[in-house]
Amino acid sequence: MTTIGSSSRPVGSDQLPSVGDVPIRLSKVASEDVLTVLGAATGSLGLTWVLYERVLPLSGAFGFWLTWYLVFVILYLAAASLQWSWLVVRDRMTAVLVSSGGIFACVVVADQIGYSFVKGLAAIKHANFWTTTMANVSATSPLTVGGMLHAAVGSLEQLALATLFSVPLGITAAVFLAEVGGRLERPVRTIINAMTALPSIIAGLFIYALAVLALGIPESGLAAALAISIIMLPTVTRASEVVLQVVPGTLREASFALGASHWRTVMRVILPTARSGLTTAVVLAMARGFGETAPVLLTAGFSPYMNTTPFHGWQATLPTYIWYSVLITGQYPNYVSRAFGAGFTLMLVVVVLFTIARVIGGGRPGELSKRQIRKLRREAARS
Amino acid sequence: MAIAVTSARPAPADDDTPRVIVSRGSRSDVVFRNALRLAGLSSFVITAMILVFLIFRSLWAFRADGFSFLTKQNWVFTGNEFGVGGVLPDTLAIAAMASVISIPVALATAIFISEYAPPGMRRGLIAVIDLMAAIPSIVYALWGRFFLMPRVIGVMGWISRHVSWFPPFKLTVQPSASSFVGSPAIAAMVVSLMAIPIITSLSREVFSQAPQGEREAAYALGSTRWGMVRTVVVPFGRGGATGAAMLGIGRALGETIAVYMIINTIYSFNWHVLESGGNSIAAMIAGLWNSASANQLSALMAAGLVLFAITLTFNSLAALIISRSRSGAATQD
Repeated sequence: MTTIGSSSRPVGSDQLPSVGDVPIRLSKVASEDVLTVLGAATGSLGLTWVLYERVLPLSGAFGFWLTWYLVFVILYLAAASLQWSWLVVRDRMTAVLVSSGGIFACVVVADQIGYSFVKGLAAIKHANFWTTTMANVSATSPLTVGGMLHAAVGSLEQLALATLFSVPLGITAAVFLAEVGGRLERPVRTIINAMTALPSIIAGLFIYALAVLALGIPESGLAAALAISIIMLPTVTRASEVVLQVVPGTLREASFALGASHWRTVMRVILPTARSGLTTAVVLAMARGFGETAPVLLTAGFSPYMNTTPFHGWQATLPTYIWYSVLITGQYPNYVSRAFGAGFTLMLVVVVLFTIARVIGGGRPGELSKRQIRKLRREAARS
Repeated sequence: MAIAVTSARPAPADDDTPRVIVSRGSRSDVVFRNALRLAGLSSFVITAMILVFLIFRSLWAFRADGFSFLTKQNWVFTGNEFGVGGVLPDTLAIAAMASVISIPVALATAIFISEYAPPGMRRGLIAVIDLMAAIPSIVYALWGRFFLMPRVIGVMGWISRHVSWFPPFKLTVQPSASSFVGSPAIAAMVVSLMAIPIITSLSREVFSQAPQGEREAAYALGSTRWGMVRTVVVPFGRGGATGAAMLGIGRALGETIAVYMIINTIYSFNWHVLESGGNSIAAMIAGLWNSASANQLSALMAAGLVLFAITLTFNSLAALIISRSRSGAATQD
């Protein structure tokens, strides 16, 4: 052993760990953990395969995997109690159980996307699915006729209108909660949280009662956009408020110290700083509003024809297209394929919106992207 | 340039009361703040309008039946008798079954993401959970109707044969492949998938706020990871997780599309949940609104009002529990 201040001694064999020392393992997962899990999993697979349809009177793929999982848990418990003490066994068991929760979530998402793709492939691979409408398509038409262009156009138009209605109002309400506050803050926040609980069909019913029956706005894309904006509003407000609260208070105080009014502070300092987070909030709300079915059903009707104006006339959207294809004409398999194709398109748009939100909103408020930093450097070098 | 005016009135001579300091913003500030207050109040206005219109339009139904609207079991199309008594219990039953499936799975996933997952995987998992929440409910409905329903019938048959000592799992008809199709149990399974991401994301946020010092203290006393989670994280996050579970139940109550696409619609209470037939208020509104006469529409609005009242109660209760809990005080709402 070397002591402080001793003369230098060469690193020699007396400093190597002796035979009895075991190096400290710093990683969280040891090979015996992994092997125990794998062993229990494969053992369970074999046992279930042997027992399942041959010995026990069970059937169905779902039951098979459910049985596999239960037997896996039992085998893992047995294997763990053979190796480790009871304290360690409990720890490992809960690790396995919560990990299955995480894996389950991933499997569900992948399954949704994959299943829509596989079942809709027959319809998607034809170009007419993307470029034509359902006009002049009869029940027995093949998949080379007919498409969902009218539904896509309707969805996009209604989403654009709904964003127009809900985003300015939502961000302004969020600015109110973050900047002004006061006595109104807690009631307004409670109400916004309560509005997130609104079932979407109640929003549709409300717009139907208010706009269509009372005000006389026709059943059209506009009414549906109003209903969707009611659904989007609390989401935009809550997400924006979270983003605005993260903006550092020192920025606001510096702006006030320089003599700016509250209005200029918000418009020139706070909102630009929070821009990426606000964009994320808006995009997430758009993803939510895009997939709404129930309120659109009640307020926009359905039409197999292209209707490019949202202000009068029934308009189809992707979700109502799926609804009608499955529930009204679901006995014809071509319609079901088209419905799955439309479902896949829905998922694609949602995933794209999500990716945009993640890419835009990744940084903290005020954090500059690489391109902005390069631009600043260029300008500084020039002056 | 807009300048705030701050003035302090001088205190009276021998008085110990504090000065009154009045800070009035310039005119543009006052206008701006009032405009913001207006925007904040708009949420009040919208919610109030929803309630007013629903109440107004449903007055006929309540006046005709009074409180028996809530208990009457028939929904006659041609006559003037309506009652949600047959549909409301099934709505609650579907939500209850969905919670039984979704709450354990969601809490396990939340604990996994916040405690057990490797840090590199954590962001990816959070993105996956958010994506799961954003998947439109009609996609889940399609998957449930065409993928899940044929495949889960075997398990349901097994349960009905071997767990029939539990009364709701008994069958009143001869078991065949079609006697399970369109049952509340399948609808509950699909609805639970929609509730899971809501519960998971909120619980995860709450669990990750558990104080680092207490976690390290648990490790220092020699506990395993599960011991630390059990003694530090779970008690800390109990309030937030309860609130999250109630929000998930609220989502399950209001789910329209999945229930309508899967369930075989009937209008009386079917408490043999494995058997075909059921309904929920939201699904009933979606199914009947098109062909409704004026009186029927009023009854549908009344049913919608009942549903809104229930989900509002649940969510308000959830918000109360979250804000009163230790974990809720740490997060902002």
